[in-house]
Amino acid sequence: MRDIAVVATAQSPAIRKEERRNEVEILMPVVHELRERAGLTQRDIGFTVSGSCDYLQGQAFAFVTALDAIGPWPPIDESHVEMDGAWALYEAWMRLQYGDIDTALVYSFGKSSPGDIRRILSLQLDPYYLSPLWPDPVAMAALQARALLESDGVSERDLAEVVARARRNAKDNPNAQLKGDVDVDALLKEPTYLSPLRKHDCPPITDGAAAVILAAGDRAREITDRPAWIRGIDHRIEPHSLGVRDLTDSPSTRKAGEHAGVANGKVDLAELHAPFSHQEIILKRALGLGDDVNVNPSGGALGSNPVMVAGMLRIIEAAQRIMDGQADRAVAHATSGPALQQNLVAVLEGDS
Amino acid sequence: MAEHAEGTIVERPIRLDYDYTAGLAQSRFLKGIAQGKIIGEKCPVCGKVYVGSRGSCPTDGVATEGEIEVPAKGTLTTFCVVNVQFAGQSVEVPYASGYILCDGADIALMGLIQEVPIEEVRMGLRVEAVWADELGPTMNSIKYWKPTGEPDADYETFKQHL
Repeated sequence: MRDIAVVATAQSPAIRKEERRNEVEILMPVVHELRERAGLTQRDIGFTVSGSCDYLQGQAFAFVTALDAIGPWPPIDESHVEMDGAWALYEAWMRLQYGDIDTALVYSFGKSSPGDIRRILSLQLDPYYLSPLWPDPVAMAALQARALLESDGVSERDLAEVVARARRNAKDNPNAQLKGDVDVDALLKEPTYLSPLRKHDCPPITDGAAAVILAAGDRAREITDRPAWIRGIDHRIEPHSLGVRDLTDSPSTRKAGEHAGVANGKVDLAELHAPFSHQEIILKRALGLGDDVNVNPSGGALGSNPVMVAGMLRIIEAAQRIMDGQADRAVAHATSGPALQQNLVAVLEGDS
Repeated sequence: MAEHAEGTIVERPIRLDYDYTAGLAQSRFLKGIAQGKIIGEKCPVCGKVYVGSRGSCPTDGVATEGEIEVPAKGTLTTFCVVNVQFAGQSVEVPYASGYILCDGADIALMGLIQEVPIEEVRMGLRVEAVWADELGPTMNSIKYWKPTGEPDADYETFKQHL
């Protein structure tokens, strides 16, 4: 395996509803800032790949239009996944393993505000048994939260504590949407929104974009003093039918974590893609993370949740803290689909 | 319907509604159209003038700049004659639809070609916009394009824009 690292990151601020700029106009300054940070032009980049979903924009081939932000001339080697940018990053990591190129640019964008994001995400369900009932992501997360609360020692207070810490951590994140000091007791007095979830247990609606440059070996060291090396990366999926899953556990996250090597060393921090508060508890357990691990120092997806970007943002937030010298070893996790359907885990390390 | 007796058909109507954001550049273009003007924007790298710019030069990936008004007059670069009637059609067949390259622009606009017999519609035909009585931020503000009567444009002048 080649050593591959995150060498530069960039992201737009999280915005509830971007009414002036279109997707290209949001993405373009992010990509420009990213390439400037890495000191690279598009010609220096061996492979470009994006993660996004045309349904968010309601326009066929919206992902092709997004290339207008990149400058794909002379023709570039380029790909796209109809998934969160974290999976585009996985493709870039695979592409770099071939060994013929040393750099890759990964970008991701999504405006969740133009359509009804809950209805849109319902359409990713199986078309025969689930989708005709239009269960939306909040409803399915509520089923999962109920199962968790009734399974063992997890209480509604535990969920509120996740939210309070996320809001507090987000205070240090200039790009976060929801931040501040909130009192756990006050949160528990809020009415339920979709029982047992309260509004604050659910992610905000967010428009945004983010981008990453990956580089291999010595090229990574040329670009930055302290690359965030991807020591392991793996992704796994649960059975398609919600009915055959134990919603209180995430075996796919556990397996991905084992293959990525989460337990091979001390974890300084973890960025977990948990759009709903109770999911952070499930993920923390599945990855075997103890209370000494700093979870979601960025505020996580409860602080800002640009759909299709929020998973890659976890890798960005973890990698950037390694590049800045705040951490030596970090875990990043991304999820896709209803109730933690599919999960990706990466382990990142700085040079010791 | 005996052949369906053993199966079940699930009908699942799906409708999604969106608030469309044209974006900064396209909003400037559409506001121009509402005033009877065609506003282009220029790529600072390659110098191409885009009409209906979506905010970036798709070749260079940089923001387009400036508000450059181009005349509502240009050259028909290519066209198609529609002979087939379909639902929702607003014009009687046969009619010609084509790409109009406004003078000074580097990308063509699509439009109807009228006030000319179908068999006389040709590449290089010089045309001008016929504006609607009421203008708005929509391409319906241009009813159609008609011949100006000028001599045809030389193929060399528009061959890069096909």
